Formats: sequence, C-alpha cells, structure tokens
Amino acid sequence: MIEGAAWRKWVYFYIPLTIFVFLLLFPFYWMIVTTVRPDGELYRPWNAPNYTPFWTANPTLEHIQYLLEETLFSTWMLNTMIIALASTAISLVCGVFAGYALARLNFPFAGSLGTGIFITYLVPQTLLFIPLSDIVRNFRLGDTPWALILTYPTFLIPFCTWLMMGYFKAIPKELEECARIDGASRFKAMVYIILPIAVPGILSAGIFAFTLSWNEFIYALVFLSSPEQKTVPVGVTSELIRGDVFFWGPLMAGALLGSIPVALVYSFFVEHYVAGLTGSVKG
Amino acid sequence: MAQVVIRSLNKRFDEVHAVKDVNLEIRDKEFMVFVGPSGCGKTTTLRMIAGLESITSGQILIGDRVVNDLPPMDRDIAMVFQNYALYPHMSVYDNMAFGLKMRKFDREEIRRRVQEAADILGIRDYLHRKPRQLSGGQRQRVALGRAIVRHPQVFLFDEPLSNLDAKLRVQMRVELKKLHERLGTTAVYVTHDQVEAMTLGDRVVVMRDGVVQQVGEPLELYNNPVNRFVAGFLGSPAMNFAPVRVVAANGGGLRIENDGLRLLVPPDQAGRVGRYAGRELTFGIRPEDLRIATDSDPPDLTFEAIVEVVERLGSETLLDIRVGSSAMVAAVEPSAPARVRDRLRLAVNPERMHFFDPETERTV
Repeated sequence: MIEGAAWRKWVYFYIPLTIFVFLLLFPFYWMIVTTVRPDGELYRPWNAPNYTPFWTANPTLEHIQYLLEETLFSTWMLNTMIIALASTAISLVCGVFAGYALARLNFPFAGSLGTGIFITYLVPQTLLFIPLSDIVRNFRLGDTPWALILTYPTFLIPFCTWLMMGYFKAIPKELEECARIDGASRFKAMVYIILPIAVPGILSAGIFAFTLSWNEFIYALVFLSSPEQKTVPVGVTSELIRGDVFFWGPLMAGALLGSIPVALVYSFFVEHYVAGLTGSVKG
Repeated sequence: MAQVVIRSLNKRFDEVHAVKDVNLEIRDKEFMVFVGPSGCGKTTTLRMIAGLESITSGQILIGDRVVNDLPPMDRDIAMVFQNYALYPHMSVYDNMAFGLKMRKFDREEIRRRVQEAADILGIRDYLHRKPRQLSGGQRQRVALGRAIVRHPQVFLFDEPLSNLDAKLRVQMRVELKKLHERLGTTAVYVTHDQVEAMTLGDRVVVMRDGVVQQVGEPLELYNNPVNRFVAGFLGSPAMNFAPVRVVAANGGGLRIENDGLRLLVPPDQAGRVGRYAGRELTFGIRPEDLRIATDSDPPDLTFEAIVEVVERLGSETLLDIRVGSSAMVAAVEPSAPARVRDRLRLAVNPERMHFFDPETERTV
C-alpha cells in the first residue's frame, strides 16, 4: 500500500485508477448510449445546435426491438450458446486429462509432447483456417454447428491443457500417493482427490474457453454461410452492416446483448476464477 | 503377522545409484528406524516398500508375499507423510474414512473405527473440521488417525515429525511410542534426527550413500559402532575424533599419541590396536566419556586441554576444548569450575575408547 501524505495516495493510486477505469468502461457506456439513442439523434451532424454525443434526451428501445423482431438475433444467440458450451465441454475434458497426464505420468517424451501442444496454440488462426476449411468441406460439416464445435478445440485444448498442467503441478504429489496407499487406483485418486482440489483451475479454464469460443470470429465467418446458422459476432456484423450502411443502433444493441452472457459467467465465478489463476493449494 | 523382508534391494535413478544392495529383515511388531543424512537412500527405500517407487532389482516381502509388482493399495500398508498430505477438501472425519470407503467397508464399521482412532488420538472434537482449520500438531494426529483406522499390517512413516516445532516434536515422539506399544503394528520410520532414531526404534538402520552401515538396537549402535560414520552420526554432541599414532609404551603395552594426547591403550584393546603399532589410527571418544581429572587419576589416562567455549545447559556443561591441534567437546558435570582460556586436565573413560582405521574408517 502507498504510505505517506494524502496527495501521494491521490497521485499514485486514485488518479491512475480513475483513468484506467474510465478508459476501460467508456466503450461500454458508448455502446449503451448508442443502443438507446433514437435514429434522429444518431444521424444528427456534429455542428447541429442540439448535438449531444454523451447522453440522450429521448431514450428508446426501438433498436433492441428491431434486433429481436426483424433479425435472427435470438437464433444467433442460441447457436453461439450451443457451440460455445459444446466446444468448451470437449476442450475441458481433453484438457483436464491431458494436463494431468503431462503433469503427473512420467512417460517418455512427456516434456516434448507438452511443448508440442503449446506450439500448436501459437499457430495463428488466420493461417489455420485455410487448411481447416478444406477438412470441414471434406467431412461435409460446412454451414453446420459442428464445423465450429469441432474446430474451436484446436485452440481451446492446448490452452486448457497448459492451464490445467500448471494447476496439477501445484498440487502436492503426496496427496495422490496417500490416496493410492489408502486404496484408490490412479483413476480414483484423480476423481476423488485431485479433481475436487483442482475445481478453481477447471473453472477458470472453462470460463476462458467459453469466452474465447463466444467471441471467436474468423472460423465462424468462414465456415458458416446461411444467416440462421450464424453466431452473434458474425451475424451482427454481416446482417447489420449492409454494404457501406452501418445500422448503428441495432449493431450496438447486438453487441450489448451479446456480451451479457459472458459478463454473467465471469461475475458468477469471479472468485474461483481469480483463485485458479493466482492460487495455490494448501494441504 | 507381518515381517518385512528386503533382499538385495537396488534402486537407480538414471545415473544415480540411490539404494545399493540393501538386505534387511524387519520383524513382526518391530519399530524399525531408518536414519541417515539427506540423500542416503532411506526415503527411497521406504517408498519402495510402499510401492510408490519402482524397484530396480531385488525383492521386498511383506508378510510372506513378494510385493514387488503389487500396487500400493494392495500391499496392506499405511503411510504418514512429512507434510501430512491431508485431503484439503475433506473434513477430518472424511479424511480418516477415505481409505475405508475405498475398501468398501460398511458405514457403521467406518464410523466405529474412526471414532475409536479419534479417541486414541484425542481429536474427537475436530472431526467435522477441515484440515486448514487445524494446528500442525492436530494435523499430524489426523494423519496418524488416517493410518491407524485401516488396521494395516505395516505403518510407514516418512519424517512425520520434522514439520513440528521442537516442543511438539518431543511430545509427539512420546505419543508415537505409546501408540506403537498399544497397537503393536510393525512400523518402518524414516528420520534424519538421530534422537528420534535412538528413542523410537526397537532397532535402527544407519544408512549412508545408499548403503546400510549398521543395523542393531539403539544402544548397541551407540556403544559399538562398526565404523566412524555410525559413531559420529549417533549421539549429540557427536563423538570426538583425533588422528593418533600407535607406539609402544615404556612399561610394556601400547600408547596412542599426537601433539596433544598421550594415552595408554587399555590392555583388553591392546590386541586389536597392536596391529597398528607404528602407524596412524583414528581415536574416538564421546563427550560424556571425558571428565575433569582428579589427582587419583593415572596420568597416562589424562590429557591437558584449553577451554575455548563453555556452554552451560543446566543438566550438564559442554566444554569446547582444544587438544594439541584437534578440537573436541567434553560433557562435564554442571558445576564444573571451567572458564574460557582455562587449562584443564581431562580424564578419559578407558572402557569407552574407540579406534578406527583411518583409511577404511572401520572400527578396529
């Protein structure tokens, strides 16, 4: 903590904090204001006498109404939810088992295998989607949710594996050894002892994976084409930007509603999530 | 009934030969202590008995079964770890019940056994708590409880007291001893603390660099160490060593001498020491076998020393002394009138002199 005169606290703590919070939250504020701003105000020129960019006098829900009634937004939400949940589930299961194996089982080449998995995470998606689109076409998965459910794990599994590996390594080995002497097989020791202790790690891996797949753009843009199959990020940008016309109101409403699930997930698990990233296990 | 038999046991980790050809028979109901400096292979040996470490070569038998290829769960053993290894997400009760649940005991039997163990260890009031709400001593008790509810054939202890503070360690040591007397289960106990080894063990195994140095009852090891390492490792303060030369004494017999000592070898030792006549030898004497000399002491069993440090412990006084070029410690009566820089004459107990070959370090 900062000690000394009160002005030091202001200069080194409160003022930087305020700037930081302002920079972080302003885009959200802008999004909300634009969502509830009537079209008449939205397209008012900056030199008009009643130009009010930072607030609105006549808030309206017409953009949200338009979004929900005139577009497939609710379908996109459902698609995104299903795809994000399914790919997160697949990646978590694989990541937990792989992370455990790499952290605990001393098999040959465990170290180089771990590094190999990490390297696949470093390959940029903007390169990977080209070969992947070929695979998706060969398996006739194009324009179905499976195209994303099965391709998202290509970057989610390495991520979950590494996060879980670090977490498992922090759990004292003796706990497991003791369980095995107590009468548990290696698998049972993992299920009854290691996994319950690793819950914060599993939760943070899950939240991360969910967020990454919720926000994913490139694969969704490339692998899906019909409007009723799209996810929120792709649907909003492709259906509400027509040519060079930006439907700012519905666009911002879509962005706002689309970010609510992720915000909810974070706020529910924030404590576990922080523990998972920073935490250690105390015996 | 469970003795533990170890035959020609070896363990190699890549280039390190951690345990070398250990042969040992731990009798039924015996409390066997493995002691040695860190890295001597004692913990590795214990972990091989537990099945947590694979065996490079040799055999381990528990009861009459060769357990080399049995997983830990099938060896009917219980182990207490240095860091307790309590399951942090379970209550004390569940920690103790876990092993029984895994073995599918019925609920009533589990409850009875956990209560019984909790009564023995005095942790009945904490059964619903989580490990993190317990003090170090209480955690240690829970770890013990988890071991005893199973009624295993063998207890394995891996330095269980080393995380406790000094006072608690002494108290738990006594309780462990009582517990063993009450349960009578064969126990293998690993420690680097020679006091624990001496007080707890029915027999003690001293190891160094993966090799068993000596096996025997604590006092046998203390009084008749087979080599200089065992002699120096057991006992606190440690035995004094000084290089000496063996020469013929004027009135017959043998004498050992160096730049500060000039002592007559007792006649019953003369035969063995005689082979070193005219050669170097290592002389060893424990601090408590030195005392301040009186006029009645024969002069060829005394020597002169300069006091460098006086440590008054109350029950005895330790004198750090210089004898010629070697440093020694003498444990004398608490009221001894010694002061720093005093010149004193000290007498040795002739029956408790030790001699070691300077090259092989074996007892002569």
